Amino acid sequence: MEKNKLTWKIGGKAGEGVMATGIIFAQSGSRGGLHVYDINEYPSLIKGGHNTLQVRVEDREIFSQVKGVNVLIALNKETILMHRDELTSGGGIIYDSAEVLDRKEIREDIRLYPVPFNNIIKEIGAETIMKNNVALGASIALIDYDFDIVAGVIRDTFKRKGDRIINDNTMAAKAGYDYLKKNFPDDFNYKLEKIGTGGRMMLTGNDAICMGAIKAGCKFYSAYPMTPASSILHFMAAQERRFNIVVKHTEDEISAINMAIGAGFAGVRAMCGTSGGGFCLMSEGYGLAGMIEVPVVIIMAMRPGPSTGMPTWSEQGDLKFVLNVSQGDFPRPVLIPGDNEECFYMTQEAFNIAEKYQTPVIVLTDKNLAESHKTTEKFDQRRITIDRGVYATASELAASDEKTFFKRYKYTENGVSPRTIPGMKKGIYTATSDEHDEEGNITEDTGNRTKMMEKRMRKLDSLAKELKQPEMVGPRDAAVTIIATGSTKGPIKEAMMMLEKDGVTVNYLQILYLSPFPSEKVASVMDSARKTVVVENNFTGQLADIIREKTGKSVGRRILKYDGRPFYPEEIHREIMEVAHG
Amino acid sequence: MVRMIDINAIDKPNWCPGCGDFGILLALKGAIVELNIEPENIAIISGIGCSGKVPHWLRTYGLHGIHGRPLPVAAATRLSNHELTVFAVGGDGDGYGIGMCHFIHAMRRNIDMTYIVHNNMIYGLTTGQTSPTSEKGMRTKSTPSGVIEVPVNPIALAISSGATFIARSFAGDVKHLQKTIVDAVKHRGFSLIDVFQPCVSFNHVNTYDWYKQRIYDLQAAGHNTGDKMAAFVKSQEWGEKIPIGVFYEVLSPTYEDELPQIKEMPLVKQAIDNVDISKLMDDFV
Repeated sequence: MEKNKLTWKIGGKAGEGVMATGIIFAQSGSRGGLHVYDINEYPSLIKGGHNTLQVRVEDREIFSQVKGVNVLIALNKETILMHRDELTSGGGIIYDSAEVLDRKEIREDIRLYPVPFNNIIKEIGAETIMKNNVALGASIALIDYDFDIVAGVIRDTFKRKGDRIINDNTMAAKAGYDYLKKNFPDDFNYKLEKIGTGGRMMLTGNDAICMGAIKAGCKFYSAYPMTPASSILHFMAAQERRFNIVVKHTEDEISAINMAIGAGFAGVRAMCGTSGGGFCLMSEGYGLAGMIEVPVVIIMAMRPGPSTGMPTWSEQGDLKFVLNVSQGDFPRPVLIPGDNEECFYMTQEAFNIAEKYQTPVIVLTDKNLAESHKTTEKFDQRRITIDRGVYATASELAASDEKTFFKRYKYTENGVSPRTIPGMKKGIYTATSDEHDEEGNITEDTGNRTKMMEKRMRKLDSLAKELKQPEMVGPRDAAVTIIATGSTKGPIKEAMMMLEKDGVTVNYLQILYLSPFPSEKVASVMDSARKTVVVENNFTGQLADIIREKTGKSVGRRILKYDGRPFYPEEIHREIMEVAHG
Repeated sequence: MVRMIDINAIDKPNWCPGCGDFGILLALKGAIVELNIEPENIAIISGIGCSGKVPHWLRTYGLHGIHGRPLPVAAATRLSNHELTVFAVGGDGDGYGIGMCHFIHAMRRNIDMTYIVHNNMIYGLTTGQTSPTSEKGMRTKSTPSGVIEVPVNPIALAISSGATFIARSFAGDVKHLQKTIVDAVKHRGFSLIDVFQPCVSFNHVNTYDWYKQRIYDLQAAGHNTGDKMAAFVKSQEWGEKIPIGVFYEVLSPTYEDELPQIKEMPLVKQAIDNVDISKLMDDFV
């Protein structure tokens, strides 16, 4: 019997409450002190189509999904047919007994638990939509988990909808629980047991980014809805009155970034968010922010391209895009977190970098990180420092000539010029997208152009000196060295545990900043590594190309996946085994 | 008291001699002096084109951004610090062409700011191509056989899009324009001033004389600015007689009025160094 090592999956049509039910299950695991990681799969439509949520629950910290489903809740027959092969031996399917199912269609080692969803709903007088809860309750009985925890989560989930809805949902879940206990008293292979009282948050990467932004004092958020960044807009909008933030759903992404620039120019911490297509529209504004040295944070959540691509799936295909988008050279810091903690702390770091170096900063994520829930320890607010950068001092302002403009773009050693904002007496200047002199006057003078270009680009050098270098995880003299970035972190960590059991030593260098790129560190790792691989969710191996560009060194093997799905640790494990023994 | 000398920039405008933009700049400066607004409390946000250079020629805070996008920048500047007097400035290509989407949405929002459009019915800085307000049949570099489309009617568009102060003026009548800008700034809400601005280099049809022969003052003609339908009728007048002045004005809540987040103080003055997210984190347990 396996205890507290479970993968539970629910599937059904979009609009049937698949996600909501799955989240209730995941939250129930978390509140029992267990660790949870979930991954959703859904097509880009609202009603119909096939949706799943897969929830992994264990008693140790887990970092990604794994292959093998132990409990499958099928809200329709399609779910059974699509996912039957994912079930482990001894796994079980809970489904509607009204579905006609030929036993021969299912492997013999899989157990079937037909439950009369609709009859149960009718008996208790609940609404048909609540049949999910019957199935949820049945699965809780099957794995012998604490029903009271689930009832508590249902209560909190529906608390705004009133007692009747809470009661009906709870009753539906309890009826499913009772039905399974009564009709299938056999001993199921997989059990879940409460080990504590929880206390951890269940968060997506987008949730963590929003918390990071709010903690960092973000006062303005503008966006146009686009998967997988939309939930940032929803989160920020829901919190705008609680934390005094102006959140604007704009007419398009062009407006979104220009608004964020207007807010940054006015002196508030501003952020906008989008995915690849929207960032195409933002590219001109991105360059404007670079040119006029206005701090802005841009959350760029990747999904598979080109063009509309696969809107609700995941890819890391925009690494080179964000590094090169918009005309001309300007400092383009790009931060790429790999888990919820990094999403939180690096978002607030992005605000500090943006203000300290007066430049737009990108935080790059992908759908896998943006939308998957993971149990996460509460963030340490004491670790957050707010650095608003250099403002003109009172004496600098007093010394400023009243007839000319303030030297907002003064040439300085580190490239950063003291800032003024509207409202500051004697700080007056005009920010312009044209090349300009120290006062912001338009000029095409050769000497000024050279100096101004160098001033702006010096900021990137200054920033590079300040950023912490990536740290190698794992044994120094490993057989294989993995270099990767972003959300592959989770499955890589899981794969490393598997490889360790197989006696293959692996170490891992996670790139946290695509720009400025930690070239020296990566070069030295490449020099000392026995075998190197990249693990990337894209077609060409963009990170490997960047490494080649920045260090002149070639990564030995590119482990790539570009089908819109994130890596499973088993896939990385298999490939690394090949590399190690090859 | 704010004097003209306080807002004069050292550098002089580099527009073509005789350009209508000079009249607009003069009227804008006159209005600032008349309104007595401290220059550090003014932000002028412009787009690209000859009009885009306005912020460089007077001493207030300015942002000369990218083509067609002054309105979103200006909107957020105002929402971030509603103690500022915010102007957006652009041309007909900037606002009614590439920036048309923002134009309509800015009017719906009714953020308290003043949008001055230098409407010369031609593209000037790119040396004479058709603009969204070029008249049908006008021959330009990009329409050598004449413009096929009908022109955009910004006044009618503004009436239907929810702008709460809608006026037209003429760069050749600085006194009228200055008064219109003063009234627009005093108006609580989004103000549009579409300004006839002769382009002496590239538009040889819609010249100073052409306008002078046609324009008449709506206010002198006793137009009721509270009557939306009458405003729409006036917006359709074009040809031998063309109205200038205030077409429509109505008081309705501004976008800022609807934001409790900025009721006590502007966003920019709110402390951010000690935001406590403990309860927010609890919500996710």
